[in-house]
Amino acid sequence: MEPVIAVLVGVLMAATVYLMLGRSFVRFIFGLALLSHAANLVIFASGGMTRARPPLIAPGESQPLPDVANAVPQALMLTAIVISFSLLTFALVLAFRTYQELETVDTDRMRAAEPSSADAGADAEQRAVD
Amino acid sequence: MPPRTPTQPVSCTSASDTRRPLWGASLTDPAYVRLAVALPVVLFAWFCTMIPAVSGGEILVWEMAWLPQLGIDLDFVVDGLSLLFALLITGIGAFIFLFAGAYMRGYRQRGRFTLMLAMLGLVLADNLVALFVFWELTTITSFLLIGYSHENATARRAALQGLLVTGAGALAMLAGFVVLGQAVGTFSLREMLAAPEAFADHPHYTAVVVLVLLGAFTKSAQFPFHFWLPNAMAAPTPVSAYLHSATMVKAGVFLLARLTPLLGGTALWMETLTAVGAVTAVYSAFVSLGKTDLKQVLAYTTVMALGTCVLFLGSSPLSGPGEPSRGVLAALAFLVAHALYKAALFLVAGTIEKATGTRDLARLGGLWRAMPVTFAAAVAAAVSMAGVPYSIGFLGKELLYTVGFAADTSTYLPWATFLAAAPIATIAMVLAIKPFFGPCPDYGKPAREGRWALWCGPVVLGAVGIYWGLAPEFPFLRLLVPAETAVIGQALDSGHAPWHSTGEALTLTLATLAVAVLGFWTRGPIAAALGGLRRWIPLSGDRAYDAAMNGIAAVAAWQTRRLQSGVQRHYLLIVFATFGLALAATLWIKGVVPGPVRFADAALLEWSLAALAAAASIVIIRSRSRLLGICALGVVGISTALIFLLFGAPDVAMTQLTVETLVTVIVAIVLLKLPSFRNEAWPSGPARLRNGIVAVTVGIGVTLLMLAVTASPPPPDLQEYFERTAVPGGQGRNIVNVILVDFRALDTMGEITVLAIAGAAVFALLLPGARRREGAPLPGSEGTAARAQVSDGNIVNTMILRETTRRLVPLILIFSVFLLLRGHEHPGGGFVGGLVASIALSLYAFVFGPQAARGILRVDPRALGAFGLAVAIASGFVGSIRDAAPFLTSQWGTLAGLKVGTPVIFDVGVYLVVIGVVLSFVIGIKEQ
Repeated sequence: MEPVIAVLVGVLMAATVYLMLGRSFVRFIFGLALLSHAANLVIFASGGMTRARPPLIAPGESQPLPDVANAVPQALMLTAIVISFSLLTFALVLAFRTYQELETVDTDRMRAAEPSSADAGADAEQRAVD
Repeated sequence: MPPRTPTQPVSCTSASDTRRPLWGASLTDPAYVRLAVALPVVLFAWFCTMIPAVSGGEILVWEMAWLPQLGIDLDFVVDGLSLLFALLITGIGAFIFLFAGAYMRGYRQRGRFTLMLAMLGLVLADNLVALFVFWELTTITSFLLIGYSHENATARRAALQGLLVTGAGALAMLAGFVVLGQAVGTFSLREMLAAPEAFADHPHYTAVVVLVLLGAFTKSAQFPFHFWLPNAMAAPTPVSAYLHSATMVKAGVFLLARLTPLLGGTALWMETLTAVGAVTAVYSAFVSLGKTDLKQVLAYTTVMALGTCVLFLGSSPLSGPGEPSRGVLAALAFLVAHALYKAALFLVAGTIEKATGTRDLARLGGLWRAMPVTFAAAVAAAVSMAGVPYSIGFLGKELLYTVGFAADTSTYLPWATFLAAAPIATIAMVLAIKPFFGPCPDYGKPAREGRWALWCGPVVLGAVGIYWGLAPEFPFLRLLVPAETAVIGQALDSGHAPWHSTGEALTLTLATLAVAVLGFWTRGPIAAALGGLRRWIPLSGDRAYDAAMNGIAAVAAWQTRRLQSGVQRHYLLIVFATFGLALAATLWIKGVVPGPVRFADAALLEWSLAALAAAASIVIIRSRSRLLGICALGVVGISTALIFLLFGAPDVAMTQLTVETLVTVIVAIVLLKLPSFRNEAWPSGPARLRNGIVAVTVGIGVTLLMLAVTASPPPPDLQEYFERTAVPGGQGRNIVNVILVDFRALDTMGEITVLAIAGAAVFALLLPGARRREGAPLPGSEGTAARAQVSDGNIVNTMILRETTRRLVPLILIFSVFLLLRGHEHPGGGFVGGLVASIALSLYAFVFGPQAARGILRVDPRALGAFGLAVAIASGFVGSIRDAAPFLTSQWGTLAGLKVGTPVIFDVGVYLVVIGVVLSFVIGIKEQ
């Protein structure tokens, strides 16, 4: 199963990068959500994947059955999921507030901190890069 | 500035009476000034008591451990060389501090203390790293003192220039020290110099020599780095006298002498030192002829003296056939002579400037009647400077010529010395005659002798220069020869007096004087010719410095324009492109080839889930509708959750499913407040193509990396450890939960703290006052009314939904507590429990409005989160209080027949933090 996950992670990463390189803050947030899924899958697959045996210990036993799933990446992912959820929410609220202030979600037009009028060279360069 | 009245004292110095002392008035108290003089005097006396022992060949050592782990100790060593320098530093320092107290009131004293102690540390330190620290301390003090008149742009530039030139050299020197220390295995100078022969054949020898010479040459103002020293004359005159003539600039010469046994004696060392020293000495001697500002003249003659010292330090082979060269002795003798006469002349210049208000040689004259003591001191110093017989300067110069003729290595030695010495002797005559004779111009006030503190230093220093010329046994046998012995590591035959010269040296000394007198009468045309010559030379160090500084600024501006376009996606493009390239390069260099890839191992269901997630992520890219995007995002999340479930991770799957539910809801709420995708701005076609290439590169790179990583199973140690110890150590049967709340509870603590901070950040973003845009409704006025209206719009008026919610929410909340409490034994726990409870409360908020949700919470959600964090932290201290165990050590006991442990309480804290944070998100957004 790991090779399949590897390909899936690659697709998710490619989608993330493409979304983040666009001009829309909303799509950027979609990318952020995909990035955390990709990261979780990376952690999960790196710890080795075992079918259907959760890392639980039966009552009366002192150790789990052999070949249960690796608990370590699961513990890492559990907190990672909650953290990325709060990050995503923060980004969403930021997008919302930014839209309230600047009335745009086009990142090219969000120039409050580095106004493009300060140097005409940057504009010309931007056109050149585009 | 009001026009001066004639009764006001004329003050052309940078330190006018209007200056405020930088570090408070107390530093200018007379008591403080006395202390400033007392310290060097006491130190000088203390070093004097060491003369008998040290000249007898003893080496005094004070040991102090500093960083023993790194082999860096703060040992101080007094041998012949360091004692000579320590005496110069404290002896001349005492007179200059005395002078400074009278020269200007309100002049801060602390800098010179630091400087003197740093200089002492530099010459006494046994450890190269400690030496470097002291060296940099002098650089920084020098920077502050040159920039004393910081309102003046010239002073600021000079200060920065001195700092950058000597600082850059010092960095090179530090690199040299590190290489040297690594090569010989110690940073202790004593240990290094104990076996000096070995290093000359070391493969890193050349690198060390070049790096160390860069440090010494910049500090001691050798050509082509000399330009900072004349510019440093922007400093107050006492500072110039001390730093820029008598002590600090000699640090480079000191270092060269100190390292001579280790690095010297090779062709590289000797040829570099003699060439650089000769060029510096001759060049600066001629430049000084063309200057009329007293301090500029003195600065260039200082550069000449430093060049001469470097020249002669490089002239002596350490071993070889024939009589050993006395080059080191000659350099040191000249250095001492120079320190005496140059400090005296600087103080004379300061006194003259204070009396007349000018330092311009062309404007000065006729002062001998008004200032007889100063005149006498100037003559004494000038006699030594010119090398008139029976002064210490004469002996020094004779020794230079003697050594120069004896040296068979560089034939130009005596002639370079002559070319440098003749203009200097002319300058000496100018300095002694021009200000004191001739017509007395109108200085705006009657010039008269200053206080004793002003003339005391020049007189004593000048007199010592003459006296030591008449009675050379003491300085030579007690100070200079021991210093020479310390440098070259062997005592050179002290049988006969080393200051006796042979015939040709005496002839050349007298010829120097004759040429000097000639030069004195023709100095006008010479200066004019030199000025004409300089105009033909396009390049100077100063101009090169300016070009370098402008170049750095231009490069910075260029790369800022290039990289900092101000457009977010350009920054991200750089980040992702770098990531992709680094990934590809790493895989390429490491030769990572994915092994046989077995896709067939995966079952159809697993395949389908992965394909679904991949397809949904493509849909997100392509979709032109917000709702479709949100749904596709949900599909990705739920597909991955199912993959987790299939592969034995029920805890993760549950958490992911609940989070996905919340994410979908919150994203939907927020996105509906943002503009639709219909009029979305897209990058241009070529930019999209470029973005696609970067994206695919990153994707392929990550896939290859993952294939390589997962080709072999991870080491089982950690997994086995937790499986083995979960029950006996953690009292739990759900290993994931035991790791979270017990073994790695500190990590979880960090995570819930981040969560709480995110909640606080969202709260701050949504504060009504955070809205700055003009025209926004002020909170408390129409704002409240507007919000009330919005709240009305937030309520979903569907009877079925309301009734279902009313009955469902308590059930879900009870279920969430059940999940929380079973977590330690079965899938569940604080995170998923808290998320489930948050879903219930969010549902309530959507149906009945945020105010109603606040009502059933009864407390502010942020307070709930903070309380949860406090509970988690408190549970960690139980063990600390009961058993003095480390923070978060688990404790178990029974309470009313139930097994209770601190990890369970910790998990309750996690549960509360999650509810508090999620609810503050949801309620905060709903209330907008």
